[in-house]
This record gives sequence, C-alpha cells and structure tokens, in this order.
Amino acid sequence: MRLRTPFRRHQSRRYSGLVVGAVAVLSLAACTGSAQDAAEDDDGGSDSAPAAAAGSNDEEGDQVTIGFSAPAADHGWMAAITNNVRDLAEEYPDIDLQVAEGTNDVNLQISQVETFINDKVDAIVLLPFDGAAMTPVALKAMEAGIPVINVDREFDDPNAARVTVLGDNYGMGVSAGQYVCEQAGGNKDAVVAEIAGIDSLPLTQDRSQGFEDALSECGLDVDARQAAEFTVESGEEVAANLLQAEPKIDFLWNHDDDQGVGVLAAIENAGRDEFTMIGGAGSANAMRAIQEDSGVLKATVIYPSTQGADGVKLARLLVQDKAMSDLVEVEVPRTVQLFAPVVTSENVDQYIDSAFES
Amino acid sequence: MSEQSTSRDRGSVENTVAPSKDTVTVERAAAESGRGGGGLMSGSFGRNLGLVVALLLICAAGVVTAGDRFASVDNLLTVLRFASALGVVAIGMTFVITGGGIDLSVGAIVALCSVWATTFATQTMATDSHWIVMVFAALAVGAGCGLVNGVVIAYGKVVPFITTLAMLAAARGLAEIISERRTQIVTVDGFKDFFAADILGVPLLVIIFVLVSIGGWVLLNRTTFGRRTLAVGGNPEAARLAGINVNRHTVMLYVLVGLCCGLAALMLVSRTTTGSSTHGTLWELDAIAAVVIGGTLLTGGRGTIVGTVVGVLIFATLGNVFTLNNQDTSTQAVAKGLIIVVAVLLQQRLARNANST
Repeated sequence: MRLRTPFRRHQSRRYSGLVVGAVAVLSLAACTGSAQDAAEDDDGGSDSAPAAAAGSNDEEGDQVTIGFSAPAADHGWMAAITNNVRDLAEEYPDIDLQVAEGTNDVNLQISQVETFINDKVDAIVLLPFDGAAMTPVALKAMEAGIPVINVDREFDDPNAARVTVLGDNYGMGVSAGQYVCEQAGGNKDAVVAEIAGIDSLPLTQDRSQGFEDALSECGLDVDARQAAEFTVESGEEVAANLLQAEPKIDFLWNHDDDQGVGVLAAIENAGRDEFTMIGGAGSANAMRAIQEDSGVLKATVIYPSTQGADGVKLARLLVQDKAMSDLVEVEVPRTVQLFAPVVTSENVDQYIDSAFES
Repeated sequence: MSEQSTSRDRGSVENTVAPSKDTVTVERAAAESGRGGGGLMSGSFGRNLGLVVALLLICAAGVVTAGDRFASVDNLLTVLRFASALGVVAIGMTFVITGGGIDLSVGAIVALCSVWATTFATQTMATDSHWIVMVFAALAVGAGCGLVNGVVIAYGKVVPFITTLAMLAAARGLAEIISERRTQIVTVDGFKDFFAADILGVPLLVIIFVLVSIGGWVLLNRTTFGRRTLAVGGNPEAARLAGINVNRHTVMLYVLVGLCCGLAALMLVSRTTTGSSTHGTLWELDAIAAVVIGGTLLTGGRGTIVGTVVGVLIFATLGNVFTLNNQDTSTQAVAKGLIIVVAVLLQQRLARNANST
C-alpha cells in the first residue's frame, strides 16, 4: 500500500510562533522554560513540516489529547520526527499534544506512557526505543481503552497497537539494491559495500535483507558490511575502517544520512572518489549534495521523518471517529506503510522540501 | 575523627525512624528522619532537610502545575515503579562510594544480567524446571561481575575508576555478543506473573525497592559490615591498623553492588518483558547523581541510604513533573544539572550552618 502526503511549506509558522511566544510569556507554569521555545528555534528542522491536506477531515472537531513519546533526538531524523509532530499539532487547534522527554532508557519511556494512561489521554502515539520492551505498557494502555499508534519500531504483539505507521525498511534496501543493479549495468564483479545502522534493531536487519535480496536479482552481493550507530562519529569511524579494508569499491550503500555526514568525512579524509555512494533516510544536506552532483553521493533512499506526524494525524482521526477520506473504508486502517523512493539528481527537487536537517 | 563522629550522629538521628518503617513509605521515612533529629542541629539533619525540602519543592511544583494529575495514587505508583530498579542500583552504589570506591559499570552489568537471564538456554531451563533459574542467573552474573571488579581493585591495585570503566565496556560488549544485539523476549509466564504482581495495590517492584532500602539502611547503620565500610572509606590505612581486612571488604562491596545490579536487571526484565544489551544505558550516572545529591561523600567515609533514596525520588519526581507539564528534552536536562548543583550547594550551606550553631 502506498500513501503519500502532499507536502507544502508551512505558511502560518510566523503567526503561530507569535501566538506561542505570547502564550509562553503569559504562562505561569513555573519551574522551567517553555517547551515551545525549542519548537520555535528549530526552524531548520521544521522546514520539512507537512502542511495539512485540505479536506473535511481537517475541519475542527472535538478536542483531542494525544500523548507522544519517542527516543532521544540524538540524530537529525529523530529530531525531525518530534519537530514535525509539534508543528503538525500547532496546525490543528483541536489537538492538545503532550510530548514526553525523548529518551533511550526504556524504563523512563515506560513511565512516560504510564503517565499518559494516568492522564487518560485520548490516544498515545509511540515511537518506542525498543518495540519489544514497550509492548507490555502499550498493552496496558490498550486495555485501559486508549488507542495506541505505534510508529516506526514495531511492538511484538499486534494487540498492543490500534494503528501501526511504518516506513518501509525492507523496501529501502530493495530500492537501494535496485539502484545499484541499474548503475552496475550487468557488471557482476562490482564491489558493493554496506554501512548499516544500529544492528540490534530489526529495522536494520530488514534494510540489509532487502538490499541483499535486490542485489542477488542482478547477480551481485555485499562484499563488505559494517554497522554504525546512526551517529556522525560512528559513521566516520566505521567508514574509515571500511575504506582501509577495501582498497577499491564500486558502490557503497549507507543506511542513514545522519551517520552519512561522518561517512562522507571519512571518504574525504581517505581521498577516495572511485565509487558511487547511496544514502538513506533522506536528509536535506544529502539531497543538497545530490543536487550539486559534485561528490560520491549520487542518490539517497527516503525513510520519511514525517511518520510521527502521520501517527498524530491518524490518532486525531481515530478519536474523532473519522476515516481516511481518500479511502472508501470507513475506519482508520490497521497498518500504514510509507513508500521508500530513490532520490537522484533528476527528481531531487520533488523531495528536497520534505527533507530533514541533520 | 570528625567524620566518624558525624556518622555516629547520623546513626542516632536515623535510628529514631526505624520502628515505624514497616508501614510508612520510604519517602515519608526520609521526611521523618529530618524531623526526628529536629532538636539536634547535627550535620546530617541539615543535609537530609535540604534534600527533603528539594523534594517537597518539586512536589509543590507538581501540584501547582499539574494538580490532581500529579497528586494521585496512580501517578505516585508511576513515579515509584520508575524509581525502583534504578533505586536498587543506587543503594548498592551508596555502599561502594561510602567505602571509598566508585562503580561506573552498573548500567552495563544490568544489561549483561538482563541478557544472561533471558537467553534461549536460560529460558528453556527455566521452563523445564522453575523460573527461579532466571533469578539465579541474573544474581550470579551480577555478583560475578562485581567479584571481578573487586578482585582487580583490591588485589590488582587498579584504581576503581579504571577497573569499572573497563567493566563498563566489557560487560556491555559481552551482552551484545550473547544477545547478538537483538532484544530477547521473556516467554516464561511464571517469571512474568510473579514480578508483575501487586500486593495490596503496591507493585512488587516497589516493594522490592522498599525492602532493599530498609536492608541497606540496616546493613550500613546497624552492622559491623556497615561500620567497616565507613572505616575503609574514611581511612583505609587506619582501618587496616584497626584489624579490618580492607582488601576482602572492598571485594565484598563490589559483589554487593553487583548483586544489586542483578536484582535491578530482573526488575527491568519484568517491566519490559525483555532482556537487551541496551538496558540500563547511562544508569551509572543517574545512580551516582542520586547518591551524591543524597549526601554521600564521593571521597568515601560518609554514606546515607535515606539520602540516596530521597535522591532517587527527586530525579524520578522531577522527570514526572516535567512529563506532566509537557516540557522538552533540553530544558529537562538543564534543570537536572541545576538540581544537582543546587542540591549539593544547599546541603553544604545547611550543614555548615548547623555545625556552626
């Protein structure tokens, strides 16, 4: 299933920023500064905010309280997830968004979800640090009658979520692999290298599997594979070692454009330019590099950073008893899987506005 | 010498709360320990008072900003459940720091224990015999890691910072190797049901935390082991001359914190129904922060379990108030840093005033 949200620049940001600022000043909530300050300051990341599609579903409905929790924003994609969620919530006056501290400690994330349950929010949008570890508390929420929208990293029990919004990790690998096959043009001796993300995550395993499967269609295989941690430092470190180990490479797929900043730095330091690099996730700087077409990075595969925002949108529809108006179906679907297109210099203009800043 | 008298004073202050422990919550016990010592302007009174004031301020902020959403039984349990596993680690950490050491490897040991207790082999064995196998596995692995730390520190004469830093890297690496960096899901129902139980509405995890706190308090303040810990941390040479086997005692302290990590790992495994090499990330810093704002001297020789428990509760409550108020990550991190500095400054000020009067 293919679902694409039309992206438009966020027109009302300046105005809403003023309102938020005024609210923040007037707010007597003591102990600390305001969450909205941060949301205001990160215009870079929020440029990718999806504008609402016009339609009757966007007409103001009942007030909906949505709890949102995600892992720590330790890389651009994850930061963009939360920024996009905040921006989307600002566009809808009927959404009251509760954002919990981004955390990589499952113990803390569980207690955040428990807080949402105590608060009797109308829906919980959850991007778990670890899907399996968050399953018990998601089940608890569902049992308490609060629909859970699972984003990106899946629970290990289908009953723990009402809706699941997923990127297509396997599809990312397939898209990258097919692009390599195309470019290799039948050369079966091409040396293919892969720099994966955090290896413990099922999503990384899916990406690698898709890549391998697509490559095998044209008789290629992965000659060297290393896993980094989605961070710039880890990308640099792993790429430096990989380049050292492989004196000649034809294609390099790097799963993640945030760690790609480090990968590109290592490639530059090593003075290598004999290969074609493909990125992943679709950051704005990767797309700018593709647009300029000056370095090794020739393409990237999108993994939408708007899926948290899509989760919130679906949560709102769900609570307001609305359906997805473009479908005939009268209920919000169970699973929404997003598409993973390949971005090259030819089509980059179509995607660059929805890219995230790393 | 002055250290010793301080610790004896604190002993007498905390002594006053011991009889009522069975019914009151740890939080209240902490408050009472301050009140109990009201007449004596002892140093520890000032320290604990500062802490309790800080906790009350955070609670007040919670009530003002979130009202009933904060002051509800469900929310209290949410805070306590969150604090439980970390609290158990912090109790163990209190002993090590009081004994003049430090343990940076607690988070990694928690991860390793959680992984070891949930491997396919362990779970198969648990299904075939009894789920208690998983408990033994976690505790044994924790104690084993602690033993290695202790022996290297005490007999190898490697400083604790370096030894436990090495263990931090090695234990998490081993956890990754064993789990192949995948999340291991618990399928043993007996284990899940036991730890998920409530007793009179209080989750078992919280009860374990309370029991460990009481046990830790008794061990530190009422036993030879506790007095030796203070002596070893205060002045190891003097402790040796007084006939204490300092090396053996040091090893025992690290085994103790290792056991606490094993127990905390079991609590986390039950809470998440998974074992993972990513469990307990950065817990060493949370535990040390709680111990230090609690009033335990980082240089050793002075330790307080009550302070540690209140310290853990301060961070847990703080995070809860932030979540209730919809605050973002960066603000929270800054506030946590401020709390650490302010709490320690406040304690020092109060302690100084108390000493000078």
